[in-house]
Amino acid sequence: MPIKTEPFYLNLGPQHPSTHGVFRLRVQLDGEVIVDVEPIIGYLHRGIEKLAETRTYTQVIPLTDRLDYVASMTNNLAYCLAVEKLAGIKVPERAEYLRIIFSELMRLANHFLAIGAFLNDCGALATPLIYMWREREKIVDLCEMTCGQRLLFNYMRVGGMSQDVPVEFMPALKKFVAEMPKFIGEYEQLIKQNEIFLARTKGVGILPREMAIDIGASGPVLRASGVNWDIRKKDPYSIYDRFDFEVPTGDVGDCYDRFWVRMREMRQSVRILEQAIGQIPAKGTVWADVPQFFRPPAGEAYGHIEAPKGNLGFYVVGDGSIAPYRVHIFPPSLMNVTALRDMAIGWKVADLIIIFGSIDVVLGEIDR
Amino acid sequence: MTLLDQFQKTLLASGLPDWAAYLVPALMGVILIVAVSLTLVIIFIWWERRLLGRFQLRLGPNRCGPEGILQPVATGLKLLLKEDIVPAKADKILHFLAPIVVFVPVLMIFAVVPVSDGAILANLNVGIIYVVAISSISTIGIFMAAWGSSNKFALISGMRTVAQMVSYELPVVLSLVGVVLVAGSFSMLSIVQSQSIPFILVMPLGCVIFFLGCLAEMNRSPFDLLEADSEIVAGYHTEYSGMKFAMFFMGEYGVALAYSTVITTLFLGGWSGPLLPPVIWFLIKVVLVFSFTVWMRATLPRLRVDQLMAFAWKGLLPMAVINLIIIAIEVLVVPASMLWVMVILNFAFAAALVLLWSRLFTLGGGRVEV
Repeated sequence: MPIKTEPFYLNLGPQHPSTHGVFRLRVQLDGEVIVDVEPIIGYLHRGIEKLAETRTYTQVIPLTDRLDYVASMTNNLAYCLAVEKLAGIKVPERAEYLRIIFSELMRLANHFLAIGAFLNDCGALATPLIYMWREREKIVDLCEMTCGQRLLFNYMRVGGMSQDVPVEFMPALKKFVAEMPKFIGEYEQLIKQNEIFLARTKGVGILPREMAIDIGASGPVLRASGVNWDIRKKDPYSIYDRFDFEVPTGDVGDCYDRFWVRMREMRQSVRILEQAIGQIPAKGTVWADVPQFFRPPAGEAYGHIEAPKGNLGFYVVGDGSIAPYRVHIFPPSLMNVTALRDMAIGWKVADLIIIFGSIDVVLGEIDR
Repeated sequence: MTLLDQFQKTLLASGLPDWAAYLVPALMGVILIVAVSLTLVIIFIWWERRLLGRFQLRLGPNRCGPEGILQPVATGLKLLLKEDIVPAKADKILHFLAPIVVFVPVLMIFAVVPVSDGAILANLNVGIIYVVAISSISTIGIFMAAWGSSNKFALISGMRTVAQMVSYELPVVLSLVGVVLVAGSFSMLSIVQSQSIPFILVMPLGCVIFFLGCLAEMNRSPFDLLEADSEIVAGYHTEYSGMKFAMFFMGEYGVALAYSTVITTLFLGGWSGPLLPPVIWFLIKVVLVFSFTVWMRATLPRLRVDQLMAFAWKGLLPMAVINLIIIAIEVLVVPASMLWVMVILNFAFAAALVLLWSRLFTLGGGRVEV
């Protein structure tokens, strides 16, 4: 006689150790097997888009820091690009190179945290996370040296950077870049061949290529599914067309591929940093003299960049005043997390956690 | 003849009434065991946190007392002073009893562990069976906690507990039978005495299986699914606070310490060793075994529940059976004085079996159609 069973609901979050913020998953379970997942967002909504309408163009920049707070300078860049497009401002050469350097540093910082937290979700009690954190700290130190902040940098400005880097920055950066390949190799050695890690991640949470394109996924999530799509290559912004780097892609689109794409992306970031250090003009202004209350013409502009998590877009509408009429943010995490339900159904609770971890979302960006 | 037996004889000879002569040594032994093992558990909690800190590029607790050794005491005091919260929908009786049921058997294991020749509370002639039997009681306690606290995370943890504990009991027992066959006795004292060569060398595969089984029984990484904090928050003790949680906490470390002593006794030659006093040798070996579990905890990710079960039933259990058959044949064929022949043979068999299994064996299933 079959025993009568019924599925039950489990609320993962908003307060849960591995939801990476205040994210709530309403999971329908049959034993340990996931029958349905309903992600519920909005616990971190701060109304950044609305707040932006009541501030001047420059005052919006600190707000953008609060989107993806793991790699906050990339948000500055996306917003500045959109406003520069709207106002037709040309950025000085040295500032362009600094922007590249800091966006790649942010990519490294983000991937360190993403991989570390992902391994933490796999159950490797904090050790990989703290190893990754060691390198992330060095990046944060570099940023602190430059703009005095360690989390919300508020460094970029419309038309350049708020200030030049100090003299000790370049030697420190060179040392960091020279050490980096060794550390990345160390992490690969620590993790890549681990039998349990492979058993947990290979073939788990597959996002097929077509679905990844259909849902509008971007960044490492999209590339892990085998789509060679990187805005740095496809729609080069800033001066990315001057650099030589590859876009790593996966084949299957499982959790392991997403991890492995991030790992290889870090090596490419180091390559870009090396080239940028070699090419950057030693002197020059870093800010096109934009007045504090500048008035871009009425109109609209869209700037998007390859943020560490994917395609980050800012849509800015100006009405000729000192404040934007409307700012809309297109966050990569929100697009990527829509794939969660399809990836997780049929897997176990433990898999749901690592699938969610492998997408690498930041709730500040999803809820805005 | 254990030390306590001798003491009892002296008391009987001195003219005390019979009941007192039996009661006094027994009570003394119990108090000694509780005091010593609890102190050791506290020291081991400190040791684990310190060691884990080193593995993770940080210092670990270093503020309370010299080298932070009083940190577990501070933790204990904090937990004592905390409010004891019982969920409104909890089964009050089960919720209250569960920590006790988990904690007490852990202390009972120490009763049959010899720390040096004759220094044992109860020299049972079925010592090993006693250890296995007593340690499975904790399973019931954990399930009581999981069910009684009426929490879904705890419930999932409870289901995992039963599956995991029951599955891993089998390979553990089967690998123990090998020890019993070679030693020719169930008693912990005679097992130590019969280890002219430590059994870790005589039956390496049995030792590894027993060690992995023990890791699963004491819920340590990579088998810590019961309290997988990234998945089910704190598992069965999600709804516990204050002293009840402290009992789970002590029980968890106590069982780790208890199994370390059991492994030391069964496979590492117990108290035996040159030069140093037996108790010191015993402690050194226990610390080594315990530190090894901490190392694994700091390094390895966690298995998924179906992979865990597959590892027990498809990996450890058949290997334990084959290992047992091999040892049984060897005990018949090889004379007891030539234990070194078994060392060589068993290392070869262990290597062959592990290689074979690594080829044939896959961990767990995949996606389920729902």
